[in-house]
Amino acid sequence: MKVIGKPRRRVDGRAKVVGETRFADDVVLPRMLHMKLLRSPHPHALIEAINTEKAKAHPGVHLVLTGQDFPVTFGILPITQDEYPLAPQHVRYVGDPVAAVIARDEQTATEALDLIEVRYRPLDTISTPEEALAKAEPRIHAYSEQGNIHRLQAFQFGDADAAIAGADHVFEDLFFYEGNTHLPIEQHACVAAIDPDGKLTLWSSTQVPHYVHRSLARVLQMPASRIRVIATPNGGGFGGKCDVCNHEMVAAKAAVVLGRPVKICLNREEVFYLHRGRHPVLMKFRTGVTKDGKLAGMHLQTLVDGGGYGSYGVASTFYTGALQTVTYELPKYKFEAARVFTNKPPCGPKRGHGTPQPRFGQEIQLDKIAEKLGRDPADLRLGMLAKPNSLTANWLKIGSIGLEQCLKTVVERSDWRNRFRKLGAGHGLGLACGSYLCGAGLPIYWNKMPQSGVQLLLDRSGQATVFCGATEIGQGSDDVLTAIVAEVLGIDPLDIRCVTGDTGITPVDLGSYSSRVTVMMGNAAIDAAEKVKKQIAEAAAEELEVAPDRLVFANGHVSFDARSLTFPEAVVLAEEKFGTLGSVGSYKPPRSPGRYKGAGVGPSPAYSYTACVVEAEVDQATGWIHIPKIWIAHDIGRTINPVLARGQVEGSVYMGLSEALMEEQVFRRLPPKLSRALVHKMPSLLEYKSITSLDMPEVDTVLIEDPDPNCPFGAKEVGQGPLLPVMPAVANAIYDAVGVRIDELPITPDKVLRGLELKAAGKPARIGPEHFPKVPYPEPLVVPPPWEGGDGKEIKKNDAAAVV
Amino acid sequence: MRHARLALTVNGEKAETLFAPYKTLLEVLREDLNLTGTKHGCELGECGACAVLVDGEPQLACLVLALECEGRSIETVEGMAESWKSGAELHPLQAAFADLGAAQCGYCTPGILLTAKALLAHEPHPSRERIREAISGNLCRCTGYQQIIDAIEEGAARMSK
Repeated sequence: MKVIGKPRRRVDGRAKVVGETRFADDVVLPRMLHMKLLRSPHPHALIEAINTEKAKAHPGVHLVLTGQDFPVTFGILPITQDEYPLAPQHVRYVGDPVAAVIARDEQTATEALDLIEVRYRPLDTISTPEEALAKAEPRIHAYSEQGNIHRLQAFQFGDADAAIAGADHVFEDLFFYEGNTHLPIEQHACVAAIDPDGKLTLWSSTQVPHYVHRSLARVLQMPASRIRVIATPNGGGFGGKCDVCNHEMVAAKAAVVLGRPVKICLNREEVFYLHRGRHPVLMKFRTGVTKDGKLAGMHLQTLVDGGGYGSYGVASTFYTGALQTVTYELPKYKFEAARVFTNKPPCGPKRGHGTPQPRFGQEIQLDKIAEKLGRDPADLRLGMLAKPNSLTANWLKIGSIGLEQCLKTVVERSDWRNRFRKLGAGHGLGLACGSYLCGAGLPIYWNKMPQSGVQLLLDRSGQATVFCGATEIGQGSDDVLTAIVAEVLGIDPLDIRCVTGDTGITPVDLGSYSSRVTVMMGNAAIDAAEKVKKQIAEAAAEELEVAPDRLVFANGHVSFDARSLTFPEAVVLAEEKFGTLGSVGSYKPPRSPGRYKGAGVGPSPAYSYTACVVEAEVDQATGWIHIPKIWIAHDIGRTINPVLARGQVEGSVYMGLSEALMEEQVFRRLPPKLSRALVHKMPSLLEYKSITSLDMPEVDTVLIEDPDPNCPFGAKEVGQGPLLPVMPAVANAIYDAVGVRIDELPITPDKVLRGLELKAAGKPARIGPEHFPKVPYPEPLVVPPPWEGGDGKEIKKNDAAAVV
Repeated sequence: MRHARLALTVNGEKAETLFAPYKTLLEVLREDLNLTGTKHGCELGECGACAVLVDGEPQLACLVLALECEGRSIETVEGMAESWKSGAELHPLQAAFADLGAAQCGYCTPGILLTAKALLAHEPHPSRERIREAISGNLCRCTGYQQIIDAIEEGAARMSK
């Protein structure tokens, strides 16, 4: 291969270092107006009246919009269309938008916000999952399943309870993973404008222009054909720009009403309240283990704090259990989950979407299991790895698994065998693994169309232009697209023009989420490039008098031995023979074998695998944690550009370490004289702690290549999976260092100190949740695993006895 | 509100502008001089995305009132290549950032490039620890900093060739 696997400057690298990458807030149009949103100061209230007269009369104000202007709801999932662009009646968290001012500049719009009079009737606040379970009223959403329980899910893949009861050892552990947020350095921004021909265009910092396009058509009640959404390169996404946002809908409406461009850029505090980040999750793992260290069965219960709206929450909740089966052999599995509504900013998808929380629990529990069984944690894992080309208990189809090599690599490079449990007081090593999707198998809204489309245009100059709806969020999606086309056509990636993320001119791609882009867009790109390559080969073959399939496309030439054409010469011949050249390619993932209700979350064309070792030094006087080094090996299938792949791994390690040690999206009550509202504890980049260059350890990164046949050139994802093992590896390293189990995130010095005090007092040295509340989980859906003769469908409860 | 007049040097060229006097240097650069290469992540001096060079020293443009910049020399990311040679080729730091993956989303990149340039003006061959200290006020959410530190080392090496 000439391009794939070679370290290269990314195709958009130059633009990024000269300041020419045009982010949403860099879009400036003539006659552009500016918008600000008025947000609810109450966590839970009904709007009794809004008076906008004074704001409308304020000099420089062009338009004021309220909930009355938006009768139609939206939401990212078809089953939770529960948000209004501006709340007409009911506000559900501090920060819920209720009105918008569009004015000549931001200053004027901000002044006019103060002139809007809103009369609220405050309602009792539901601030925690425990409260949501206990109090059905006041109800945050009428559509929730029971009271303030948004959604309940329960599955049983084989009789896990019996397997656990009959196991040699049973481990029961509670874990808590605090919520945290994406914190992209770019604040969300968008510009809406009316084209010369009267159509609406929205430039937005979004990871999902296709879904924004659909939502705008719904909310504005306009034909989608008259709306164009352009995803500007995102200044960091991490899942934070995966939702369709209020400000996008409102700016678009304002542009339609005024016929002028309208811009909004959220301030940092607003970004914290927009959120859609990591759900806080309380977990209970009951795991049965055989004496030789195999998993006999697992029962996982999760309680998920959703915040004020649905967002991706139903999917996030499924993901707190769906991928527990793809890393280690698990013959029987029971999973129960509940998502509750609370009066806080909505939670949604953040890097790893719903899976870092149970991964944290499972990998710490495995560390405890290894210790109890007297086994090395690496050996215990090596003895239970899932098998390649297998089906899991919940009917997920696994392809290639490079985890054994990942594990052996980090064990060797960290000198694990000579250092684990041997580093002395205050110094330790911890190990963990993880696995992740390479794209969600099903689209968010049900359809049978491709999930990614690519179009190629070639002309007699030899120029190739590739079009795809995929969205560049910094991860290198444009580079992957260009590299794949370049590899197939044998040309230089920098000679290709790349047009992406524009619903007006690029084929549909569902967006940059669920680590789907490399696999789905990549396969569509190969499909398109191979089609046009076939035409070029046919034409070139005639000229060179050789069979088309013997031609080699490489280094800008189409050749057979010494007979050779330049690529532009070959394109000219093809254009003569076939007319104007172009091709389209598309990709739809293989159908998953799971057929039960709920089987839609978890399937993927392939799964990536990661293993990680963390070294920790803990000051036993202060509890201060220092991480000197991290070793990580990621099964990427095949590396497309090692420079970018390494960056994704290290960026994941960074984000995982930051979540492990300090990040938390937490809330506090204002004092009674200030309304007792539930507000973000620290909505600023200074006080919301994240790791800086001074805290970040050196990372030893190894890419393991175990190509998966479902993936383009075998390439799997690398953007999310490497985050997963980091948090539990930190917890396990701290245990090795000081003998204190911290079963909740973040792991802060005060928790370490409390653990050390417990240890000194001869008590169990564990910090973490103490009880799991009673959750009214329904009877589980009974689905026999493949090895129990199931066919991937649930068996009706009445039939269960007969079949089993 | 009466507009204020400001004369300063931006990327080696004299510039004059009329602007609303409450504006920060960041706002004047982006909104009045159309130099959108300088970014913002908080406008409170917390993220470092808006770092520019004022008379050669890194400053957070969101904390500098434009009115304070009368007669000063400002360098932004747009001027970096020209400050090295003709502008036809990238500044060695820019080239190293592009080659080594130091710019992922690229949003924090302008601020870090200028901070690094100022560091290398004082210390042409800093240690990795010194580089970590110098950019500790610039937040990056994508890279984990490692490739940025690599690129600054590499840029320093290329500059002294």
